[in-house]
Amino acid sequence: MALITMREAINQAMREEMRRDPSVFLLGEEVGQYQGAYKITQGMVQEFGEWRVRDTPIAEEAIAGVAVGAAFVGMRPIAEMMTFNFSMLALDQIVNHAAKYRYMSGGQIRCPMVMRGPSGAAAQVAAQHSQAFESWFAHVPGLVVVMPSTPKDAKGLLKSSIRDDNPVIFMENEVLYNLKGEVPEEEFTIPLGLADVKRAGKDVTIVAWSRSVQYALQAAELLAKDGVEAEVVDPRTLRPLDEDLVFDSVRKTNRCVVVEEGWRYAGFGAEIADRVQRECFDSLDAPVIRVTAADVPMPYSKMLEKAYLPQPEKVVEAVHKVLYR
Amino acid sequence: MTRDEALARYRAMLLIRRFEERCAQIYVEGRIGGFLHLYIGQEAVAVGAMSLLRPDDYFVTSYRDHGYALARGTDPRPLMAELCGKVGGISRGKGGSMHFYDVPNGNFGGDGIVGGHLPVAAGMGYAIRLRGTEQVVLCFFGDGAVNEGAFHEALNVSALWGLPVVYIIENNRYGMGTSLDRASSVRDLYQRGSAYGMPRRDVDGMDLLTVREALGEAIDRARKEKQPTLVEVETYRYRGHSMSDPGKYRSKEEVEEMMRHDPILRFAKVLAERHQVEPADLEALDKDVIAQVADAVRFADQSPWPAPETLYEDVYVRSPYIHHKTADKDPAWRASVKDDRVPERFPERAPLAAPAKVEG
Repeated sequence: MALITMREAINQAMREEMRRDPSVFLLGEEVGQYQGAYKITQGMVQEFGEWRVRDTPIAEEAIAGVAVGAAFVGMRPIAEMMTFNFSMLALDQIVNHAAKYRYMSGGQIRCPMVMRGPSGAAAQVAAQHSQAFESWFAHVPGLVVVMPSTPKDAKGLLKSSIRDDNPVIFMENEVLYNLKGEVPEEEFTIPLGLADVKRAGKDVTIVAWSRSVQYALQAAELLAKDGVEAEVVDPRTLRPLDEDLVFDSVRKTNRCVVVEEGWRYAGFGAEIADRVQRECFDSLDAPVIRVTAADVPMPYSKMLEKAYLPQPEKVVEAVHKVLYR
Repeated sequence: MTRDEALARYRAMLLIRRFEERCAQIYVEGRIGGFLHLYIGQEAVAVGAMSLLRPDDYFVTSYRDHGYALARGTDPRPLMAELCGKVGGISRGKGGSMHFYDVPNGNFGGDGIVGGHLPVAAGMGYAIRLRGTEQVVLCFFGDGAVNEGAFHEALNVSALWGLPVVYIIENNRYGMGTSLDRASSVRDLYQRGSAYGMPRRDVDGMDLLTVREALGEAIDRARKEKQPTLVEVETYRYRGHSMSDPGKYRSKEEVEEMMRHDPILRFAKVLAERHQVEPADLEALDKDVIAQVADAVRFADQSPWPAPETLYEDVYVRSPYIHHKTADKDPAWRASVKDDRVPERFPERAPLAAPAKVEG
């Protein structure tokens, strides 16, 4: 095992896959000469050259569309979005092209691409640069949506995403880039569609992904002081969703809280709440409660930002509610 | 161009014409649903372009896409079956009129989003550059697409990186019902290539030979010099934007005037003058084409409806990187297969009652 950051883990995954398979290439804004806006692609252009680590103009639809076209004819592009906030400009390529051409062609076309980059709230960058869009992508049949919360998961899941033959939306989190964790030194992958228990417990199930796992783990520590043992389940992949691990946990704890950085209205947590109430109805001792961002655009001020986001304290409060404490 | 080649090109244009005339008829009968955008009048563009491609080249098109598939030699039977929503359709009844694809023939086809396939064409060109092959990409779109942001982004990166893509504007003067002068700040659309330092030209799209000459030059440049070109082909669609369009935005006189430059009639003159083709030969050829279209309709009629179980097929590719337990619980993953479904190759059509002779 090596103790590395999420940033290094993602860099390693891409480099290893590019060494392994000449059809893998990377493109995006500032990925080459600048070494990555968030330094994720550090050193890659030196190793692979400008055609395989392609600096692009600020043109998100072209970045996504070039990835889609190259994938249609057998390449395995990784399209970096400087942040997923800008993926809105590329949405037509993802939703109408990457996700649909296989279906519309009756199975003739495949689109083995990855779109990756940071998503979720950053620090004080206001409404247009601090958004969680996983619910948008998870809504679309034809896509795979991955949201890692640890360096190990990021590396193993990204390697699977690059090798997979479907379009994968791989959403990282800027705040987690410096998070350190143990990562195996030998070759490994983690299958897509496999959830993970990030903390075992018996009193309540907290479902959380990406940065929300941090909120959940911090809440679990606070709750432990009170004698409440929370189990934190991280789906890791939102589409397809490994619901069984969530159900198993809820059947054990009889209570469920879902934490997400996205907006409450039509957010992905509602999908989990829907499945849990349907499949675990007899086990539930309380309604499923969701802790989400506020249904407003992200404000700039530090104080308002804190009020907007899910916080460990808000998770603790939600757990108290499902425990009727 | 040899006599046989000339006849084959004439036949291809006629096949598009007769195929689509029949489409319009059975659409009215309710056998084709949804949108139906006819290519009639623009045949010289698709046929001219396809006659220049090598077997391993790629192309992407707008939703007015029947002509390209037929010109590339795709069997009309699965195309007609696709229009009728039958399982024997080229896309197994999941695409319809706007979504013809034939991957073994390089057809990555019909895009229903105006301009959406231009960045995709650039991506195919990028793949060609990465692999270092001699392939080219043709990208067909209408005059309406030049005002989309995707046009700008795709042309910029194509010129910037030297991608072997020929961008072909089929200027038929109207984006749905809005005339070009109400939609574009410049009338000469090919001049937009100057914004990207891209070689550009415009040509008469009603003349097969002119189209071939212009596109041939652009394809050569893409293949040898790895440079994109913007070609504006001035053409005309005789029918409305789609079947529901009464065409009130243009005059009857304008349509009639353009029909006097009909690409099929013009090329018939070339056949007569340069290749000694007699009117009787053309009549026989027309009969043969009409019979081929009738055969395609028969095939479509006889093809079964897709079974409801196929609904979940073709969403994903079965993959060892997706955990099997989760995949097996999701209907779309459960129905996924590892391989691509290559279109079924159909046996040669049955000999016609009165085989038409056009040779000699």
